[in-house]
Amino acid sequence: MKEVINLPVKNIEEEEYFINMGPQHPSTHGVLRLVISLQGETVQSLKPHCGYIHRGIEKMCEKDTYPQIIHLTDRMDYLSAHINNHAVCLLVEKALEVEVPERVKYIRTIIDELNRIASHQLWWCSFGMDMGGLTCFFYGLRDREKILDIFEESFGSRLLHSYYTPGGLMMDIHLNFQKRVKDFIKYFRKKIKDYDDILTGNIIMQERTKGIGILTKEEAINYGVTGPSGRASGFACDVRKHHPYGVYEKADFNEILGTDGDTFTRYMMRMHEMRESMKIIEQLIDNIPAGDYTAKMKAVLKLPAGEYYQRVEAARGELGVYVVSDGNKTPYRMKFRSPNFSNLGSLDHISRGFKIADLVAIGGSLDYVIPDIDR
Amino acid sequence: MDNATLKERILGIVPDAKFQENKQFLTFIIPPDKMHDLAFKLQQEADLAFDFLFCLTGVDRIEFLEVVYHLESTTLKHQLELKVQTPDRENGAVDTVSDVWKTAEFHEREAYDLLGIKFNNHPDLRRIFLEEGWKGYPLRKDYVDEVNIVEL
Repeated sequence: MKEVINLPVKNIEEEEYFINMGPQHPSTHGVLRLVISLQGETVQSLKPHCGYIHRGIEKMCEKDTYPQIIHLTDRMDYLSAHINNHAVCLLVEKALEVEVPERVKYIRTIIDELNRIASHQLWWCSFGMDMGGLTCFFYGLRDREKILDIFEESFGSRLLHSYYTPGGLMMDIHLNFQKRVKDFIKYFRKKIKDYDDILTGNIIMQERTKGIGILTKEEAINYGVTGPSGRASGFACDVRKHHPYGVYEKADFNEILGTDGDTFTRYMMRMHEMRESMKIIEQLIDNIPAGDYTAKMKAVLKLPAGEYYQRVEAARGELGVYVVSDGNKTPYRMKFRSPNFSNLGSLDHISRGFKIADLVAIGGSLDYVIPDIDR
Repeated sequence: MDNATLKERILGIVPDAKFQENKQFLTFIIPPDKMHDLAFKLQQEADLAFDFLFCLTGVDRIEFLEVVYHLESTTLKHQLELKVQTPDRENGAVDTVSDVWKTAEFHEREAYDLLGIKFNNHPDLRRIFLEEGWKGYPLRKDYVDEVNIVEL
């Protein structure tokens, strides 16, 4: 008979200990490492360790011309690549005082919103998967594919587009674009009901998310949590409403605000936002004016010496681009205020006192994309 | 509050703040030792109410290092840009504002990591992207990377 060895057992209910979540944990959606201090199952505090895919985009920008920089911004938040491109284009146009054709503004706004829907669809499917519902993953990816097909037909790429150029677009939209977008909206209006049926109304999901990871309005502002996560706390931070760009002023849409600031409200914000985005597209898609797809630009773009700042609403929050120019064709210093980086700052605060299993739900609802944090 | 009143108000709190022409924002250069007091007042006083720090940037200006703060009031909707310049390049330190705006904690760590700007009283001033023991600060203009030499 085997001898039983009795090891001294420490009381883990009382003693504080640390575990690593990541860098290869599926629920971190990339390479983020969280060092979690636990007491029993309860999170005491948490330290994010970033930088596993830091590529030094800001340093690279200092050697690149402005049209080249647009290709780098795709690689930050790759799920809202168009919106990142838009930020740099708007900044260059503002600095050079270029007025882009009305047609360009319409197309950019429509494509931004399509990109936002595609991004939220991917968030929805990965959030469902984090909650244990694998069907969500297939539903979400199936519908996202429709948008990527429209992108592919119109300008040839599916993920990293670099479709916007300073002054306009790289090429005109495909002849089928308007019809396909309208078909997609008709299709997705039906399918989004399935999303609600399969996940929103699910009692297990609601039990796991309601009252979990609460962030108040004051804290959201103080931590700089923007986008759907900030609006779930009641922080009116929609750049499209407060500092409009493109043709958002001509569209009628609501900035939906939550009150609870918990994980479930953050979830609902994104579901509402997909519907609002569809509303914006429906209003604009038939009214794209005829005209050029780009303004006349010089071959070499040199921004006048000075500092410029441009804010746009990316899928995960406010994206800011700050440029210090010394009058050359390359920027002297370029800074990206990425939404995920600021949102991550609040993770330690909102997960304290909750169970380690809740951390997966909280992380999923903040919807971080690691390349955008690390840049 | 419109920009003219806001300008008077800032100069009332910090008389030696230097006004700078800027098309987009109302910009001031603040002496490093006055920044923390000003930050606290900007957030607390009811007619200023700058509760949202939406960007914090470090810039290498060759002779000195600079920290740029972009502020907005979510209730009163006015915006402000503040700059703090360190007296010299190597030993310059700026007081942290992370006790006023929590979001500054991460952004200041980034500025420390990539530009070597030190922040006094910061709760957790470590490198955020690069590993511990990395030599030099990559976003400085005189940084030489001996391992990955990519010349364009």
